[in-house]
Amino acid sequence: MSAAHLPASAGPDDCIVEARDVHLSFGATPALRGAALAVASGEILAVMGPSGSGKSTLLHCLAGILRPDRGEIRFEGRRVDTLGEEERSTLRRDHFGFVFQFGQLVPELTAQENVALPLLLGGARRAQALDEARAWFERLGLDGLEQRRSGELSGGQAQRVALARGMVARPEVLFADEPTGSLDSLSGEYVMELLVAAARQQGNKVVLVTHEPRVAAYADREVIVRDGKVTSLSPDGVVS
Amino acid sequence: MALLGLLEREPSHGYDLKRNYDTYFGRAKPLPFGQVYATLARLVRDGKVVPGEVEPGAGPERKRYTITGFGKSEVEAWLAEPIEPEPHLQTVLLVKVVLALMLGRSAERYLDTQRGAHLQRMRELTEIKRTSSIVDALLADHALFHLEADLRWIDMTSARVNALREVVRS
Repeated sequence: MSAAHLPASAGPDDCIVEARDVHLSFGATPALRGAALAVASGEILAVMGPSGSGKSTLLHCLAGILRPDRGEIRFEGRRVDTLGEEERSTLRRDHFGFVFQFGQLVPELTAQENVALPLLLGGARRAQALDEARAWFERLGLDGLEQRRSGELSGGQAQRVALARGMVARPEVLFADEPTGSLDSLSGEYVMELLVAAARQQGNKVVLVTHEPRVAAYADREVIVRDGKVTSLSPDGVVS
Repeated sequence: MALLGLLEREPSHGYDLKRNYDTYFGRAKPLPFGQVYATLARLVRDGKVVPGEVEPGAGPERKRYTITGFGKSEVEAWLAEPIEPEPHLQTVLLVKVVLALMLGRSAERYLDTQRGAHLQRMRELTEIKRTSSIVDALLADHALFHLEADLRWIDMTSARVNALREVVRS
C-alpha cells in the first residue's frame, strides 16, 4: 500500500471509523478517487471542501449508507463495505446517529416521537423511549415543544430536534452533514454549541461535514476533500 | 522580502526591480526609487545579494544585483511559513502566492498551510468565545469574521491558481 492510501491521521489502534483508498463513481462521474481518512477515538472531525468535492459522499460511505466501488470502510476495525444492506442498516441503527441539513423530521410524528424514533427502532418500550426523548427537550432548550409537528417548528428548533434524535440512542459516532446549513448565523451557532457540548459529555465521535469555516472551528481537527481525495491540514504544515 | 524574491527569479537592475514590484505588488502604491536602492544596500550588507560590476551606459545606477545562496534560503523559508493570521493581510497573501508561482514553487501548498493556520486560529477564537464574557466573545467574533473572509479569498485563489500561474510566468 502506498503512503497516499494510508489514513491521514490516527493509528490503526485508536481509530474508530476509517476509509482506505475509497473510490466511488456515480455513472461516469467519479465522486471519490482514493479517499483515505481515520477518525480517532473521542474526536470531532470536520470534513470541509467546496460543493461537489465529494465530502458528503465520503460521509455516506463512512456511515455505511453508500458502498464504495473499491477500497475499505472500517468501523472499530471491522469491514463495513463488505456487509449486506440489512447488516449495514443494523449497524447504522445500533452505532451511528445522523443529523442532516434540513432536519428531515418525520412530518406525521410529534417532535417528541421523532426524537424517540431511534430508541423505538432499537426495540425500546414506547413509554421509556418517550421519557428518554423528553429529557432532551430540556437539555436543548426545547421545553414545551414536545407535541409540535415539524411544520410548527422554526428552522433552528427543528434542527435541535434533529440533533436530539441523532444523539438520543448514544451513538458511538454522530454523522452531521451541514447541520447548520439552513440556519442563520446565530441559530447555527446555538446548534453547534449544543452539538459539541452533548458530544463531549457523551463521548460521541463526530464526523461533521461543512463548507463553513466558522462551523469547522468547533471541531478538533479538519480535513479538506478536493476532487474526491482527502488532504489533512495542520498548523505547522500540510500532511497529505 | 518581495524584492529579494524578485531577484531570485533573475538578476536585475534597480530600475527593473521597481518596475516588476509596481506591476505585481505596488499597483495602488508604487515603490519609490530611493526605497529600492536603500533596500538593495541593506540586502548587500546582510549578504543576501551581491552587486555586479558597474556597467557602461547612461543613468545613475548600472549595477546588476544577484541573489546569494543565503538570500535564496531566506526566500525559501519566508515562502514556507504562514504569516500570523490577522485581518487585512490579503496583500501579503497575494505577494506570497505570486512569488511562489513565479519561482516555480507550490502556491497550492502555501495556500493549504495558510488555510491550516487560519483554521487553527479560528478554533482558538471559538474556544475563547465559548468560555469568555460577552465582550471577549464579540471581539473573538470580529476576528472570526475577518479570518473567514480571508479563507474565502484563499479558496477563491486556490480555484484560480492555474490562471494566475499563466499570467505571472508569461
